Amino acid sequence: MSQVLHTPPTTQAGPPDDDLAALAARHGLAVSGARPSLPQYIRQLWARRHFITAFATAKLTAQYSQAKLGQVWQVMTPLLNAAVYYFIFGVLLQTKKGVPDYIPFLVTGVFVWTFTQSSIMSGTRAISGNIGLVRALHFPRAALPISYCLQQLQQLLFSMAALVFILLAVGVPPAVSWVLAVPALLLQFIFNAGVSMILARVGAKTPDVAQLMPFVLRTWMYISGVMWSIDNLLSKHSDWPAWATDLLRANPAAVYIDLMRFALIDTFHASQLPPHVWVWATGWALLAGVGGFIYFWKAEETYGRG
Amino acid sequence: MAENSTHIGHGTAEPTPTVIADGVDIVYRVNGTGAGRGTATAALNRILRRKKAEQAAGVRRVHAVKNVSFVAYKGEAIGLIGTNGSGKSTLLKAVAGLLPVENGRIYTHGQPSLLGVNAALMSDLTGERNVYLGGLAMGMPREHIKERYQEIVDFSGINEKGDFITLPMRTYSSGMQARLRFSIAAAKDHDVLLIDEALSTGDAKFQRRSADRIREMREHAGTVFLVSHSNSSIRDTCERVLWLERGELRMDGPTEEVMNAYEEFSGDQRTRKKPAARKRAAKPAPEPTATV
Repeated sequence: MSQVLHTPPTTQAGPPDDDLAALAARHGLAVSGARPSLPQYIRQLWARRHFITAFATAKLTAQYSQAKLGQVWQVMTPLLNAAVYYFIFGVLLQTKKGVPDYIPFLVTGVFVWTFTQSSIMSGTRAISGNIGLVRALHFPRAALPISYCLQQLQQLLFSMAALVFILLAVGVPPAVSWVLAVPALLLQFIFNAGVSMILARVGAKTPDVAQLMPFVLRTWMYISGVMWSIDNLLSKHSDWPAWATDLLRANPAAVYIDLMRFALIDTFHASQLPPHVWVWATGWALLAGVGGFIYFWKAEETYGRG
Repeated sequence: MAENSTHIGHGTAEPTPTVIADGVDIVYRVNGTGAGRGTATAALNRILRRKKAEQAAGVRRVHAVKNVSFVAYKGEAIGLIGTNGSGKSTLLKAVAGLLPVENGRIYTHGQPSLLGVNAALMSDLTGERNVYLGGLAMGMPREHIKERYQEIVDFSGINEKGDFITLPMRTYSSGMQARLRFSIAAAKDHDVLLIDEALSTGDAKFQRRSADRIREMREHAGTVFLVSHSNSSIRDTCERVLWLERGELRMDGPTEEVMNAYEEFSGDQRTRKKPAARKRAAKPAPEPTATV
């Protein structure tokens, strides 16, 4: 019962439009490419958790698979980074004045900051850099930025192993407070994933953002007290307005860095922490995590199109 | 959506539809085709006048698919034919839910999937890890992949010439890569399977095996859509054919009828525009697109 159709093809003997919609409804067919509801989306994401972890691990191992030293670079890279910062800030610029245990102080700062920085940077490219994957397969797109953050978390765990080695080498004794590193990292991971998802959506629509982010991130790094002590600076400038002081202390990167220092270094005392530090850390994580996730989901059906 | 669940008269005899396209229009928007593309002022102009007329911003509209309607039923294998640029792949992407439709609606049963995992695979990883990664990316549970692992490797024939599955994929020949990709993609049971010229990968032996596999998937699952320029593979696999021309559905019917009309049509073209037709005739099997 075929027939050559001269345009328009709907003049075919077949059912008119209303009937097609009715037919679809009768058999429970769903509209293709529609955005799932938020609970559905979370369920789908949970169903893909193995993909998220496998993708993260695969990215991490693929990273150094062509190098002769292979996975040794996982530990070497952060150590070399720390050495460069120590040379510049510790030796040349003498920021170490007034900071006890400067090496662990600096290295902790660099590692924790690098975690946030790389998470956000790779999150920005999570969609725009994987457009082929997004266009070929169906999965909740939030899997990509989350997976990249997980990769950075795995990377950080390698760095932390190196850090423990450095701590013991310079004579910082192991302490019960080291356990606090776990909740601190967890909160930071949620914060990073949230910011990554926000930038993944922005970067998917405007890839130019990826060019801009290194500058934003570098500025952010220099005001976050990665290689100098915010506490020392503020005690020197007690004449600064209160809002500037609060702003410096509430900065999420500074909060997570100082938490980690407090957990790991015994000479970094609670008095050096910003007030209500755990409240801030949790607040930032929730705000970025929940907000970022919803913001990302809102554009779910648009990724990889156009 | 209509709430027509109490519709009587269509009893159990009615075949189950799996894909319904209802007056589908697909329009591509291509950025920055206007004069002065790439210059800073043009880019600035585009950003500032974002909401203004698209034409002013240098956006060109390409009407790739025009008012296409069809109903695909369970158990059907449907071929999509048409000359290059007639909108076949675009329509397939829209059915998969990967491209938005401008007008109309596409309803589907379950999630139609394009037969394609290559984007999820990483050439620096071993074939073995890629089997898992690809399977997970397609949404297969880990246990399923484990169960089918041997089947996938055997089907791809990667290990026929030695233990290659434990080597990084970048060391494979392009044919071996294509075979592994197809094997991973074909390991999953799909409700609606969309294949874009996948059958022309691999050597003759592998092509036969993949044609068999497609037939098998069709029996297991719902519906198969196949885009191909190879008339013989359409005839082998499909019993129904949609013929798209310039984005319009020109014909929809049993394979033989539509193929005969299509061959007559392309034959007509051949007598009219000889040089172009000869070029096409010299290249009977089109190169596989990057969808596997």
